[in-house]
Order: sequence, then C-alpha cells, then structure tokens
Amino acid sequence: MTIRFINARLIDPETGDDTLGELAVSSGVIIANSTQDADNTDNRFRGETSDAETIVDCMGKCLAPGIIDIGVKVCEPGERHKESYRSAGRAAAAGGVTTMVTRPDTSPAIDSPEVLEFARRRANEAAPVNVLVMAALTKGRMGREMTEIGFLQDAGAVAFTDCDHVIRDTKVYSRALTYARSLGALVIAHVQEPILSAGAAVTSGKFASLRGLPGVSPMAERMGLDRDIALVEMTGVRYHVDQITTARALPALERAKANGLDITAGVSIHHLTLNELDVADYRTFFKVKPPLRSEDDRLAVIEALADGTIDLISSMHTPQDEESKRLPFEEAASGAVAMETLLPAAMRLIHNEHMDLPTLWRALSLAPAKRLGLASGRLSVGAPADLVLFDPDAPFIMDRFKLHSKSKNTPFDGARMQGKVISTYVAGQPVFESE
Amino acid sequence: MSFTQAHLLGIEHLHPSEITALLDLADQYVDLGRGQHKHSDALQGLTQVNMFFENSTRTQASFELAGKRLGADVMNMAMQASSIKKGETLIDTAMTLNAMHPDLLVVRHPHSGAVDLLAQKVNCAVLNAGDGRHEHPTQALLDALTIRRAKGRLHRLSIAICGDIAHSRVARSNIMLLGKMENRVRLIGPPTLMPSQINEFGCEVFEDMREGLKDVDVVMMLRLQKERMDGGFIPSEREYYHRYGLDAEKLSYAKPDAIVMHPGPMNRGVEIDGDIADDINRSVIQEQVEMGVAVRMAAMDLLARNRRSRPKGVMV
Repeated sequence: MTIRFINARLIDPETGDDTLGELAVSSGVIIANSTQDADNTDNRFRGETSDAETIVDCMGKCLAPGIIDIGVKVCEPGERHKESYRSAGRAAAAGGVTTMVTRPDTSPAIDSPEVLEFARRRANEAAPVNVLVMAALTKGRMGREMTEIGFLQDAGAVAFTDCDHVIRDTKVYSRALTYARSLGALVIAHVQEPILSAGAAVTSGKFASLRGLPGVSPMAERMGLDRDIALVEMTGVRYHVDQITTARALPALERAKANGLDITAGVSIHHLTLNELDVADYRTFFKVKPPLRSEDDRLAVIEALADGTIDLISSMHTPQDEESKRLPFEEAASGAVAMETLLPAAMRLIHNEHMDLPTLWRALSLAPAKRLGLASGRLSVGAPADLVLFDPDAPFIMDRFKLHSKSKNTPFDGARMQGKVISTYVAGQPVFESE
Repeated sequence: MSFTQAHLLGIEHLHPSEITALLDLADQYVDLGRGQHKHSDALQGLTQVNMFFENSTRTQASFELAGKRLGADVMNMAMQASSIKKGETLIDTAMTLNAMHPDLLVVRHPHSGAVDLLAQKVNCAVLNAGDGRHEHPTQALLDALTIRRAKGRLHRLSIAICGDIAHSRVARSNIMLLGKMENRVRLIGPPTLMPSQINEFGCEVFEDMREGLKDVDVVMMLRLQKERMDGGFIPSEREYYHRYGLDAEKLSYAKPDAIVMHPGPMNRGVEIDGDIADDINRSVIQEQVEMGVAVRMAAMDLLARNRRSRPKGVMV
C-alpha cells in the first residue's frame, strides 16, 4: 500500500528545508519526496491513483521525521505499575516518538543478555513504535565490574550506560571504556562529580538558599565532564553525554569536539524549557536529575543546541508514581514523564524564536539517528517511513490525566502549550491519530 | 490591613502590616502572662495538636503553654517515635489527623517544605514550628517582639546575625522579617557556613566578626548546630570560638547599648561567652523565651479568628 501525503509542510533536518511539498511512502520506506527529486516527482506524483493508494491531505501542517528519543525509562522489568512497554509505546506514539531508546535502570538492571532478551521481547509484543534497548555498562549499575558488553551487543544493545549512576572508580571506568572501544560500542554517561553532588536536591544559589534545600554547584557537571573527556581521549571510546545543562560545561565540550574526540552531547527537554524557579513551593514534579538550572544556564544551553555544540534533545522520560512524588522535596523521587509533552514543549523554542523547525528536528531526529547509526530521522527517499504529522501552533492546556503513560508526573500539568501531534507513522503504518 | 493568613508557614508570605498586627496582639499577651490570672478563652473548645517530627523541648513547651493559656485542648504527638518508623508517609499522617478534627496544627519537620506539603492536605490552620533549613516563623516573630520592646522600634536598626547561617532556619526567617521591616541585616560567619548567594537577599556579609559587629544595635547569635554538621565545616570548636564566639572584646565593637540575643539552647564557650549570656544589661535571652509564648498565643489566636470567619468546609 502506498500513502501519499499532500499539502504537507515538510520539515527536513538534513537539508534544513521547511517547504510545502508531497511525500509518498510504500512498503515502510519513503519512496518519493517532491522537494528532493524533482525529476522523479513527476512520475511518482502525477501517475494514476491506484486502488491501493491512500491520500493524506496534510492541510499545510508539518510533516517531519519521527522523534528518536534516547534515554526513555520503561519500568519493565520490576515496576510495571509505573510504566509498561505497552503504555510507554502508546505514549511515544501519541508524542510523535517513533523510536524509543530505553534505559537499563530497571530493577533488576538490564545488565545481562537474559534480561535484555526479556526487555526486547516485551517491547516487540507490546509497543507500537520502534524500541531499541540500551544495557548497563557495569553489573547492577554498581560501578564495580563491567557487564558482558560483547554478548549484550550481540543480543541487540545499542549503547551502554549506567544512567544516572556515575562510576566513581576511575580505574574500573577506564577499563570498561577501553573494552567498549574495542567493540565499537557507544557509551552514554551522566556527568556529575559524585561526591560534590551527593544529597543535593536543587542547584545551589539564591533559590536553594531561600527554600533551605541542599544544593549542588553547577560546577559539579563541568568536573564530571572534564574527567570523562580525559578518559575519552585516553581510551578512544565512542562517547555521548546524556545531559549538558550548564553554561560552564560548554567550553570543555566545544574543545573536546574541536580536538576530534568522538563525543556528542544531549540535553533534556526540561532543562531547555524550565528553570530552577519553577520548583516554587517545593513542587516535586519539577525535581529532575540533574536539578533544574538558572535561567542563564537555560539560555546558554539553548544557544549551544542551536549551534550544534549540543547535538540532541531527549525526553529523559522517567515515570514515577504518586507515592514517590507526594513527599517532602528532599525525599521525593527524581524524574518526569515527558514523551507526550516533548513536542509541544520543544515548540516553545520555536515560538520564542530560539531556532527554526529544521534545526529543532536535527536535534530531535537526525542527530540521534546518526549517533546510533540508524537510517531513520530523515525525509530522504529510501529512509524508513517513520513520520510525525503535527500542528505547530495548536494551543491547549495540558491535563496530566489525559496522558497515555501509566505515571502522570509531568511538570507541565496545567501549562498553556502549543503544538499538537495529529498522527504518527511507524514504517508507513499509522500508530497514532488524534481525535 | 489586618492579619489574613490561613496558616503561618513562613515569614515569606507575611505582609509587614500583618507582622505589626501580630506583634501588637502579642504585646497584650505579654501583659496577660505577667498578671495573676494567666488565662483567656480565645481558643476555648478548639483542639491544638503539636506534631514534632524532630526533637524539641523548648519550642514544643512554648506552643503547649501558649495553647493552654488560651484555653485550647492541647495534644502532643512525638512523631519520630511512632508512625514514620512504621513507614507511614506524611500524607497518610495528614489523613489520620483530619479524622481527629484538630483546629490548630503545630508542626516541626526535618525536611524543608514538609510543613507546606502537610498544610495542603489537612483541614486546619497549620503553624510551622521549623522545617529543615527553611523557616521558623514564630522564632523570628518572637525575636522581632523582643527587639521592638528593647529598642522601642523595629525599623532602621542595624542587626548582626552571627554563626551557622547555612543550616539555620532561624536565620532565614529573621533575614526575611527584618528585611521586610526595613532594617539593615549583617551576616557574620565563616564562608563554609554561609548559604550560596546569600548576599542577594539584601544582606551584607562579613567574614571578620569585629568588622561585622561595628556599630550594630542588635547581635543575634546562632547555635552551632553540631548535629547538622556532616563534618569539616570548621576546623575545630576552639578555633570557631576564637574567631566567631561572642565575648566582651568582640561585643565592644557594637553600639554601647547593643542587645545580645540567642534562640537557644546555647553552647556556652562555643558561640557565646557565658558571662555575656548572663549579663542582664546586654543579654535579652530570657526575654526571648517569654516573648515566645506571647507570640505563639497571638499567632494561634489570629489564625483561629480567621478560621472562624471563613465559611465551614472551605479550604484555603
């Protein structure tokens, strides 16, 4: 079956184009793009409409590659009441996320081929979108012994990460990185100087002092990054830092890239759209890891994203049940669900004129695809037909109880947002259509 | 403007005129406490629950006495011993309390913001008796009343707060209250005991105690909270006393009529010299305890009045 998307505003992160055009997909791949191959277009688009062809009139709305979200927490195995592959998959589809790259910080951790196999099976059974699974870099994410990186890679692990656990023992870490390098494995790390940041609930500064909450200096991120950059230089590993959230870490990142190290960086959507003051009167839905930063840091990170110093945006989707959040701020769990609010939240960067749509989509789809070696994340002919059709301007008030996620811990509850997903396609098949 | 709050969670939410109204009423309760008949019926028929998740003798006793003098039925719950050890969450505790229909709830909790959280979930007026490092509003109010009575005013004074500012909720509430009433606040202490960016609260920060005490009207000492020390904030108690302990020599830099305050309990020989603490011409530490009862009576009286004037069943 062929689907023709007509009257589409095509958002192409590869070419940087944002133009009206048509796109045709068949057998799960893009077979024609009117903006890219003018010659072919005539044949493809002016031919007779066959019976098996469906026409989708996009009415001038945006059609872009589906979002590829590195760092989604699905709580299987262990805490299925917080999020299952089914609920996470539905949330992803509703949010325009066509590929979830899931985290191993489950319980037990995904640190053996057997657990990885379980997660992949559950993902295939239950999730309507593509799921790629990451594995832990050390056993139990304890930072003491490396996992079976080779077996895990054979079993399908696309990257290795201990998530928010920082490996304190630099010797263990350097050996794991060296071994990972020998297999060409991608390692994803969280950079926080672990001792300086221990016990912190917010970023230190005026707000932390006012609220009497234990804070961590934003400098802890730079210290963590500096150490990791030295280790990347030492081992030559393929390395991605999950979240860079402070201005002071950016020069080190720029230098490392200029020096030719194989390093990329991400940032969570929350650090791009919220700041430390949003915590206000101890609102625990705003407790994330690392903690929200100052407005100056937020703006610096947006600028770094626009110029490509920071490569990609993640939702850092982290489901938490009500019981984990309805506690005094210091005791409450960190993290926020974010796949369904990712697109409208990211639209704030567009509406506030920080960047244009193709640049935003470079961070949401093309850069993560390139980092993971995927063919998706593009609108070119031959690419997988993983697509999101959305209205960038449609306004709405966020209601957390309408989320598909089992957990409803979003900081955007009650927020005025713009940007709605109209429909989502994975391999040319519709997996979500708004009512 | 009169006092309009439904709870007393912190100084941050109070308007200067509300602070004045509360202190004016407290003045009347000081007279009541000094008379023969120390009783009023302002809280007659109401139930006051004191819920302390953290050890306290003085504050709890002060609240208990305040409630009893106003005719409330007072119950003390020592929460460390009971439910939290059994894994009950703060919200569960709130639900249990609601079933007992208290009118006034006095809460102390080791975590900043915990009292705010509880106030959202219970159907009664909540008084913060100290939450983590956040606020301790009745302490700041009793300090303000003490200063106002000793100095004849609560504005345009130069007030030094000395010691462990970082771990002190008393300091935070006092900084806010004294700032709202248009005083000059100076903070004195080693940099390891200063909260970050505290200068942005409109205070002057001094690491040298003599320089900081120069010509101040009021010297507020803070307890060096040993139980809060992770270790390593200061080299030793004796070095701390040498550099930041209040003795006659350092006090001589303040105005000749400067008063000395301390929220108690004191560590004599650590942050304050015993002779200074006992000097009846300088120290108002005893008065602070007396003002504590009066201020808490006033706070509970005002909250109870606001509660009565609101339609029943309306949560604010």
